[in-house]
Amino acid sequence: MKSGSRWYRFGIQVAAVVLALVFTSIILLIAKAQPLEAYKNILVGSFSSIEAITNVIVVWIPLLLASAGALVTFTAGLWNIGIEGQITLGAISTTLVLRLLQHSDVSPAIIIFLAVLSGFIGGALWAALAGALKTYGGVNEIFGGLGLNFVATAMTIWLIFGPWKRPGIGSMSGTEPFANTLWLPTIPGLRLSWWSLLIGILALVLVYVLLSNTHFGLKLKAVGKNRKAASVFGIPTSNFMMSAFLICGGLAGLAGALQVLAVYHRLIPSISSGYGYLGLMVGMLINYQAIWAAPVAFFFAALNFGSIQLPIVMKLDSSLSGVLQGALVLFVLMMDGVRKRFEKKA
Amino acid sequence: MKKNVIWRTIVVFMLASMLVSACAPAATPAPTAEPAKPAEPTKAAEPAAAEPTKAPEPTKAEAAAPTAAGEFTFGIVMVGPYNDHGWSEASYLAGQYVEKMVPGTKMIYIDKVNSADRPGTTGDQLAEELVSKGAKLIVFNSDDFKDASVEFKKNNPTIPVLHISGDLAWKDGKNYKEMEGYSNLMSQMEYGEMIGGCAAALTTQTGKIGYVGPLINDETRRFANATYLGAKHCWETYAKKDPKDLKMKVTWIGFWFNIPGVTADPSTVSDDFLNSGHDVLISALDTMEALVQTKKAVDGGKKAWAVAYDYKDACNEAPDVCLGVRYFNWGPGYVKAVKAVMDGSFKSYWEWAAPDWKDINNPDTSAMGFNKGKGLSEENAKNLDAFIGELAGGLNLWTGPIKWQDGTDFLKDGEKATDQQIWYQPQLLEGIEGLSVAP
Repeated sequence: MKSGSRWYRFGIQVAAVVLALVFTSIILLIAKAQPLEAYKNILVGSFSSIEAITNVIVVWIPLLLASAGALVTFTAGLWNIGIEGQITLGAISTTLVLRLLQHSDVSPAIIIFLAVLSGFIGGALWAALAGALKTYGGVNEIFGGLGLNFVATAMTIWLIFGPWKRPGIGSMSGTEPFANTLWLPTIPGLRLSWWSLLIGILALVLVYVLLSNTHFGLKLKAVGKNRKAASVFGIPTSNFMMSAFLICGGLAGLAGALQVLAVYHRLIPSISSGYGYLGLMVGMLINYQAIWAAPVAFFFAALNFGSIQLPIVMKLDSSLSGVLQGALVLFVLMMDGVRKRFEKKA
Repeated sequence: MKKNVIWRTIVVFMLASMLVSACAPAATPAPTAEPAKPAEPTKAAEPAAAEPTKAPEPTKAEAAAPTAAGEFTFGIVMVGPYNDHGWSEASYLAGQYVEKMVPGTKMIYIDKVNSADRPGTTGDQLAEELVSKGAKLIVFNSDDFKDASVEFKKNNPTIPVLHISGDLAWKDGKNYKEMEGYSNLMSQMEYGEMIGGCAAALTTQTGKIGYVGPLINDETRRFANATYLGAKHCWETYAKKDPKDLKMKVTWIGFWFNIPGVTADPSTVSDDFLNSGHDVLISALDTMEALVQTKKAVDGGKKAWAVAYDYKDACNEAPDVCLGVRYFNWGPGYVKAVKAVMDGSFKSYWEWAAPDWKDINNPDTSAMGFNKGKGLSEENAKNLDAFIGELAGGLNLWTGPIKWQDGTDFLKDGEKATDQQIWYQPQLLEGIEGLSVAP
């Protein structure tokens, strides 16, 4: 690469962001809202107080886990769209352990530990299904993952409405909340749990090290870049793909476990909260470089949380914002495509 | 390369659409893969939107920010959209009513507070957002917020809470929990249900009434049962027919409103009723599907009617097929709470607010009402008024003999139900088809 190409690339990225903002602003203007005021409200909503910032971090943690997982499968050249379902299965497995042990004499700390572990395993196994369908069944992981997402949702609903329903009540609003002793302890007065934060950051660091400093990471990249060539060089591609699925699913499962243990304290229908899809978006936006996962996921989390101000303060429908998040990723990808075209011509 | 970009683009579209359909919250401006300066969004936003009105903006933002002097802000956490023409809109109207009746008050609200519409958030968290915007009283407008309201109270003990439809503040109730400054408000909608049931029974030609129910709990069973009692009474007393020929079936969708992919679809449930000989639908949902589907069926040549719920002008959606709407009038209850908080006398109380029998549609005094629809014939309207007169005169339909669905006794001959018996109903009544508890 020529010198200056780095700055050139950076400029392209900035242009993409500006375009996305312009696009967003136009949509806001069509919705008869002041874009500047909207952006300001989002920022204020996310960063104006310690409570707000910690609330953003509460969103950031599962998003971080999902993004880190997505990076592993992206590196292996896989579109693991099933992260959403893997989060859900993590949550279900965690809930299962909590339900089984909640009235036992086992100490709460151990129950919580087992529940987290179970979440990891649940997510990993669900991902293994998608992985097996892909590697051994030849089912594209996008379709396999999507299908499994639907199954996971159906399973949650069945559990909440059926075997795990609240006594005498048939409601979709979730299972009976667990006793306070089974909640991950939070910082007094805030929603953030140091334990969750630790798990989230640890996961990202591990993925970063795994992908950039190990043989495994190198080989995984080879599989991702060119599966045939990798296999010619003696890399067991199926094993590597399966491992990527397992790691990603495990991380997603952890996100699900934390949603149950630290956020909702029960199982609810949309326990995955769309973090699986958002995590994939983060992965695409950062062009699969783990180093950027933390800040970009944090930014997405801030958008998620801050945009709650839109309906409160500006009476704006916040479902608009899902579209906007997508617009951002699209523009970044589009500019990337434009850049590549120019580079080819040059 | 090019193919890769197209491929990625398709995936982004898929993700975006799924996020939207799964109802993502959130988001506007922009990150970047490269070392974006942290101040980026604000900076970048400026050129994009500098043109119109820069000046009025700060004022607007200030108005929204914590309490201008002398103003009392109260916050409402709504489970559905504020303009749902149903349950949540009734709360919204009440908020406006407070603003009108108590000078110097201001409503702020956050609507669609449920995990499907605002994933990743909790009701107590969003209530705190309202507090940070200056709210001095939080109204949780749904039964669904029981846990959230308790959690909120625990973390914000100084903020008064009014939880709509709950029983935690009821000293003689089954679930009493001592919490200072935590109150409940519920209308005696049993009467509205009886009136709605009566209108349905007077109108039905097939003798089959379909009740589109939300989720199953004490409250919804109570309402379905009240509907049946009202229907049966009018069927016998005014239509002079044999109660054996009156059929009422309840189908529960699983939540207060449709959540695609999660609940049963209320439109489908309504259609199923209409296609199986039920010619009057009674909606017990926060939203309007039963009325809308009935109108469609009628437009398609069927003879059918519907009774709407929650919001006083709900019949406007399909006036000709609407027999009427039993609606909540939260205004007086909200005013009472707001005034009490303002003068410092707000205590923990449980209020089961009654209709004003002199005029159940009096917006200043009646906690519930019934607005007749155009679908109700003149003769039936007369009979319905007679029935309302009977209720006003003290007719108590919770009088035995009444049996539960499983044949056991609810009330023995001549026995009258206590408040507790009315509030906590473990089953549907004998004569109603449908699930008493979740399978």
